[in-house]
Parts: sequence; C-alpha cells; structure tokens
Amino acid sequence: MSLEQYAQFSNYAMVSATCVLALAFLAHVAEWALARKVEASERALVGADGQDITPPVDAPADPVTERLSRVGVLLTGLAAAILVASVIARGLAAERVPWGNMYEFGLAGTMIALVVYLVLVRTNGVQWLGGIVSGFGLVVLGMSISTYVPAGPLVPALHSYWLVIHVAAVMLAGGLFLVGAAASVLYLIRSRSEERGTVGPVLRRFPASAVMDKIAYRVNAAAFPLWTFGSLIAGPIWAHYAWGRYWGWDPKEVWAFITWVVYAGYLHARATAGWKGRRAALFCLIGFATFLFSYYGVNLFGSGLHSYAK
Amino acid sequence: MSAPTRERRASELAPREFLRWMWRQLTSMRTALFLLLLLAVAAVPGSFIPQRGVDERAVEVYVMDHPTMAPILDALGFFSVYSSPWFSAIYLLLMVSLIGCIVPRMAVYAKALRARPPRAPRNFSRMPASGTFETSASVEEVMHAGRRVLGRARIDVVDDAGSGTTELRAEKGYLRELGNLVFHVSIVVVLVGVAVGSLWGYRGAVIVTEGEGFSNTLSQYNEFSSGPLFDAEDLPPFSFRVDRMIAEFQPEGPQRGAPKLFQADVTYTERPGEDPEQYEIYVNHPLSLDGGSVFLVGQGYAPVLRVTDATGEVVFDDAVVFLPSDGSYESQGVIKVPDAQPEQMGFQGFFLPTAVSAGDGAPSTSIYPGAVNPLVGLRMWTGDLGLDEGVPQSVYVLEKDTMTPVNDENGEPFNISLSPGQVQELPGGGSIEFVELKRFARLQVAQTPAMTLPLAGVSVGVLGLIASLMVRPRRTWIRARAGEGGSPTVVEVAALDRVPRDELPEEIDDFLAQFRAELGDSTPEESRA
Ligand code: HEM
Repeated sequence: MSLEQYAQFSNYAMVSATCVLALAFLAHVAEWALARKVEASERALVGADGQDITPPVDAPADPVTERLSRVGVLLTGLAAAILVASVIARGLAAERVPWGNMYEFGLAGTMIALVVYLVLVRTNGVQWLGGIVSGFGLVVLGMSISTYVPAGPLVPALHSYWLVIHVAAVMLAGGLFLVGAAASVLYLIRSRSEERGTVGPVLRRFPASAVMDKIAYRVNAAAFPLWTFGSLIAGPIWAHYAWGRYWGWDPKEVWAFITWVVYAGYLHARATAGWKGRRAALFCLIGFATFLFSYYGVNLFGSGLHSYAK
Repeated sequence: MSAPTRERRASELAPREFLRWMWRQLTSMRTALFLLLLLAVAAVPGSFIPQRGVDERAVEVYVMDHPTMAPILDALGFFSVYSSPWFSAIYLLLMVSLIGCIVPRMAVYAKALRARPPRAPRNFSRMPASGTFETSASVEEVMHAGRRVLGRARIDVVDDAGSGTTELRAEKGYLRELGNLVFHVSIVVVLVGVAVGSLWGYRGAVIVTEGEGFSNTLSQYNEFSSGPLFDAEDLPPFSFRVDRMIAEFQPEGPQRGAPKLFQADVTYTERPGEDPEQYEIYVNHPLSLDGGSVFLVGQGYAPVLRVTDATGEVVFDDAVVFLPSDGSYESQGVIKVPDAQPEQMGFQGFFLPTAVSAGDGAPSTSIYPGAVNPLVGLRMWTGDLGLDEGVPQSVYVLEKDTMTPVNDENGEPFNISLSPGQVQELPGGGSIEFVELKRFARLQVAQTPAMTLPLAGVSVGVLGLIASLMVRPRRTWIRARAGEGGSPTVVEVAALDRVPRDELPEEIDDFLAQFRAELGDSTPEESRA
C-alpha cells in the first residue's frame, strides 16, 4: 500500500472502531436497562416483599443481561482490534510512531486504555467496567476527530526516541488510571446504596463495593510508578535535550506534577491512613481529573512548550 | 484569682510542650498529606498566569491587559509562583515533615532488622487466619517442612519446655519498609538536587546570525537569568560561530510548510587557545561543553540590508534580525541608522519568506515558511532615534515619538519593497539595498549543576516505591505438639499481615495444603504440584 492508502485505511478504521465501540456502549446500556426490567418482573412474580433486596452477589445471573455483557465485551474487543489496526496504519502512513499530535494521542491513548481494560477483563474479570470504559473511549475518540490532522512527519522537536518512551509510559499509566477511576465511580455509587440498603437490580450487576475498592487501588498502584517514570523521569530527560532544561514549570509539567501529587496522596491515604472507601475514591477521581487535564486540557489551552504537539 | 499550682507549672512547661506538640503535628502523616495536596493546589495558578521564568513576554502582555489586577498579583508573587515565599514555605514545611518522619522510622527499621520474629500468640483462632491439622510426622519433621515451605522468611524455632510444644516464628517482607524509606529519602534527594540546580544554575538566550560568533560572557546575551549563588564571572570561557543555519520545511503534501529540520552548524572552541571544532546542533542534540550546553531553540531570517545616505556614504550594512511572529515565519524587524546624514533614519517593517501578491494594493502574504520568494517590506522615518538619551532601547522597537514618517509624492506613506539584490532609491537621497538573505539561530545556553541528583533520586525512588507497594510483610507461626503414645502430631498455623489484606485466609489455605504436601512427601517437585 502507498502512504496515502495507509492513511486512508487508518481513517476508515478509526471511524469503524468508533462505531463498534458505540455499539459496545449500547450493549452495556441495554444490559443495565434490562437488569432493571428483569428485576421488576421478578418482583411482580414474588410479590411486594420490599425486605429482600440484597440477594447473594453470586446469585445465578439473568441469562439475557449476562449475554449482553458478553456482547459488550466482545464488541469492545473488536473495536480495540480495529483501533490497533488504525494506529498501526497511521504509523506506517507517517513513517514514525503514531503518537505525535493530539489526534494521535487520542487514538493511541484510547487503544491502550481499551487493551488494558480487556487484559484486566481476562485476569480480574472486570467486565462490569465495560459501560464506563466504552463510554469514555467513545467520548475521547469523538473529541479526537475535532483535532484531526493528516498523517505526516513530525516537527523536529519530536525527533527523539524519548517520544516513544515518554508517551508510551504516560499513555499506559493513563489507561490504568481510567480503569481505576471507573471502578471508583462505581464504588461510590454502589457503596452508598449498600449503606442505605437500596442496592437495586442494576447495581447488583456490579461486584460488592469492597471488591471495586480493591481493584481501584491495585490498578492505581500499578499506574503510579509508570506515571512517575513517564512524566517525572523520561519527560524531564527529554526536556533537557529538547529545551535545555529538565524542569521549567511549563503548564504541562505543572499538571503532571499535580497529578503525581494527588495520586501520591491517594496511595498514602490508602496505605497508611487506612482511608479505604469514600475518601480514597474521591481522591482517585480528583487524580483522574488532573490526569485528564494534564493529558488533554493543557494542550487545548494552547500555552506552553508542549502545545505544538497539537 | 488563685490558680492551682499544678496549672501554673503546666503553663511554665507550655512553650516546650507546645513545640513538641507542633513537631508531632508537623511530622504526622495527616499533615504530610495535607501539605502535599496544598503544594498541588499552590502549583495551579502558575499554570494559568504567565510566569516570569517561563515566558517574560507573556507576563508583559498580561500586565498591560490587566492594569488593576496585575500589580496585586505581582505583589503576591503570582508571576513567579514557583519561587514565591508561600510556595517555598509549603515546600520547606513538607521537607521538614518528611525528614522528621523518615529519621525516626529509620531508627525503628534498623532495630526491626536486628530483632527476631516475635513469639506466637497464645490463641491462634483469634488471628486473622489460622488452621490446624494432624500428621504422622514428628515435630522435628514438621519444623523442617515448615522452614522449607516458608522459604526466605526470617525464622526461629523455639521449644517451649513448659507446654511441651515447639513453635516456629517466621517474619518476611522487610523489603517493604526499606522500599518505603528509600522512596521517601529519594524525594528529599530530588528536592535537594533541584534546589542545587536552581541556586547555582544559569540560563541565557542569544540570537546569532550566520557567520557571526558568540563568546560566553554576560554582555553577549539577549536574556540571562541565573540562580542567586551563581557568579557571572564563572561563566565558562567557550565560544562558537554559527557557520550555517539550516531550516527545511515540508515542500508538499498535506503537511506542507511544517518544519522538517532545523540545524545549526557551528565551529566552537571549548577553552581559549584550543583548536576549533565543528558540531551540528539540532533539536534534541545540544552541544554539551564543560560548564554549559548550547541548545537550538528557534530560528528565523536575517536579511542583509545596506543603507546609503544622501551624501553617498554607506551608513548601514548588516544582517537585520526579523523576529517571526508565528509558524509561517512572517517576521517583524527594525533598522536604526544613527549615522545617516543629514538626519537619522529608522525603518520598520516585515519580512515574508515566500511572498505572493494578494492583488491590487492589498498587502502581500507569505504562503510557505521556506525562503522561496523572500521579500522585505519597510516604511521609513527620519528624525531623532532617541539613542543618545541613555535610556536603553530594544533593538526590535523603533521609538517614533521624535521621528517623522516619510511620505511619497502623493502624501501616502513611502513603501519600500525589496527582493534579494534589489535597490530602492529613498526620497531625499540615498538608497537601501537587500544584499542577501541570511538566517539566524536562537540558541539557549544553560547549565544546571547536580542534574544527575534528581534523576538518580527519582529512579531509585521508583524502585523503592515498587518494593513498598508489592512486598507483603507477613508473620507466620507454626506450633506443633507431639502426640502421646503414637497418636499423631498436632500442628497449628496462624498468620498475620502487617498490612491487612483480604486474601489472607485463602493464602493460608494454600499454605496449609503446601505444608501438608511437604510433610507427606518430601520431594519438593511433587509437593508443589
Ligand atoms: C509520591 C508518592 C508517595 C508514596 C507512594 C508514599 C508512600 C508512603 C507510604 C506507603 C508510607 C507509609 C508506609 C507505612 O506506614 O506502611 C508513607 C509514609 C509517609 N510519607 Fe509518603 N509517600 C509518597 C510521597 C511522600 C511525600 C512527597 C511526602 C512529603 C514530603 C511524604 C511524607 C510521608 C510521611 C511524613 C510519612 C510517614 C508518616 C507517618 O508514618 O506518620 N510522602 N509514604
């Protein structure tokens, strides 16, 4: 294929992946919607017994919602596969690593997040995160379209193998942060219901809040060293070669630092102060918000040295 | 009032007590966490308000746009957040808190390293996880098997003569606290390294046109900043000349005009008297010399212009730096000709690398950043340049207060438009010529001492962090009592995690299974299976 054809292919694949991911999202939404309906009909059969609202978590799941969940995961896998193809084609079209501008960060970042999620589905059974992860991926892909630029070579500042190391580490950490944040959101929702004893049919499709809390912690604990490496080791080394100083409080650097501090606070709170639960989850969400801002927001603001990565 | 004696005593003690209380507060986890978050919050404004150390020009623009707010912000240090007193205060408190916490912990750790595993609790069933089984193996065999299954833990086996039991005490996971201490120490190392770098470091920016030289002294810099402990006398005596500035752009395709290559070919002398050497500086490839590195941070065009005055004298003949306003390299520049007779002359205008005419009368624009069709467009003023008043002037700004614009015969401003090689006659005599096109390199010279300190700190810190997050300290006890008269040996096992984990019960089940397999058949391969 010629470079143009690769670029063309990458664009088509990107659009297809977005559509498939949208279907995956719909599958998960349907899963939740149906869970509600099934519950309602079961209630009708059993009669109005308001007491028994927390059956054992391992209760045999409803086959339809179960199937929808699997369809969602499969579609997410398909979307991830197409996205991988799109990113590879993009790299071939541009003859370099495919993460040199905002559009490509969006694509490659979503790809990595989906892959991280799918791996965790296999190893830890986190398919219950599917709705949030696919929905979030959809939003990022959608936003990426607005930053589209044709495939092409890099600006000179990006000619460095640190581009590969720095960005890859940061994106991988970001994928894990996303999973951690999704688990924390669900944790917050479910733990509240657990306290009030109002765990409904939809929430019952999710694991107990303690399980989600633990997953969030593990994922964030894995992401944090990666983030430290990507943004506070590889980043400054590259900055030294590219800009003549390793740390200059450029907005992107500031926000990478803030993100680091918040996640450090999260790990501290979890590891030492024993702040399991709500407060830790809130910390994690603030951390994720600061991550998003350092990854995306700062570039959109358009100030600082990193902004040419647009 | 008759205050009780005890109370008076307490108030005498108060200052010391208070200090101790303060110290305990400061070095507590909660305070450290709070300070950490406060540091994050304090860092935020600097990412929205322009910073002196980052972009001086943006600060000036901001000050002009916000005449009422700017002085207040300035007084509060918001234009240099990261060196402001309040930011430094948080940073220092955090550091004290950190050290105040690490040092005692190190002492505790040193003691823990020498300590033997603690004795078993009396009642195993109160432990978070425990189990018991019977075996035909002897107590001694049980202890041997226990050692093998526990692997690299620190282990003591103690006979309790009184109760007739033997107990095995095991502790593992010492690396966790070590990792934790290493991590926190490394944060201090990073902070110290950064402080050293900024106290003794320097950074300067300079624009050098092709063919011109630079020697590393303060007066040669366009901008210069340094740490408070840096002495400008200590600038290392290197020098270099920019032989050629290469700038290439994408000639076609969707990214037409995007930069492809910037490279400055230089000839440098590291110390006076040494033989000159050649080097290619490009982005990500600085020239690293003893005491400083030279980075290429930008480039632009510097047309060589020659001005002849009314008396026929050549009064200006030099490359003029035109500063690019954006990625299109449409650039702005100024020429000051103080020696012109009968009056001083000043020119101000633009440079277009690839000019195209936009039709009748409309100003030309540039369609490509490479120099395909270079064009200099100028307007002219005569009068007093104001250079003699001793007020420092920017070379990029023409002070027009005491000058008169020069008009053509129609009373319109006199426009000069030159391609390379072209000469234009000036009203009132004299001429201006666009001799040739040169480029300039914008270079940054910088030195940050002790740079490897923060790098080593973060790198080792991450390893420590991984250890402290992954290692799981655990205490395990095995108690065995020989059966009397041929009845089986009773074995009890209990475990306690120093950092509570929910997986413990499952893991103790695994442990029991392994333990029994080890006892049943002592070939390790099979017992593991
Ligand atoms: C950036 C990531 C950081 C992580 C992951 C981290 C992790 C930890 C952990 C795991 C502990 C206690 C371990 C235990 O008790 O078992 C701890 C204690 C502590 N950390 Fe950090 N730390 C980090 C950064 C910092 C920073 C930047 C500071 C302050 C400058 C700090 C101050 C402290 C203090 C004061 C303690 C001990 C408090 C106490 O034990 O009472 N930490 N940290």
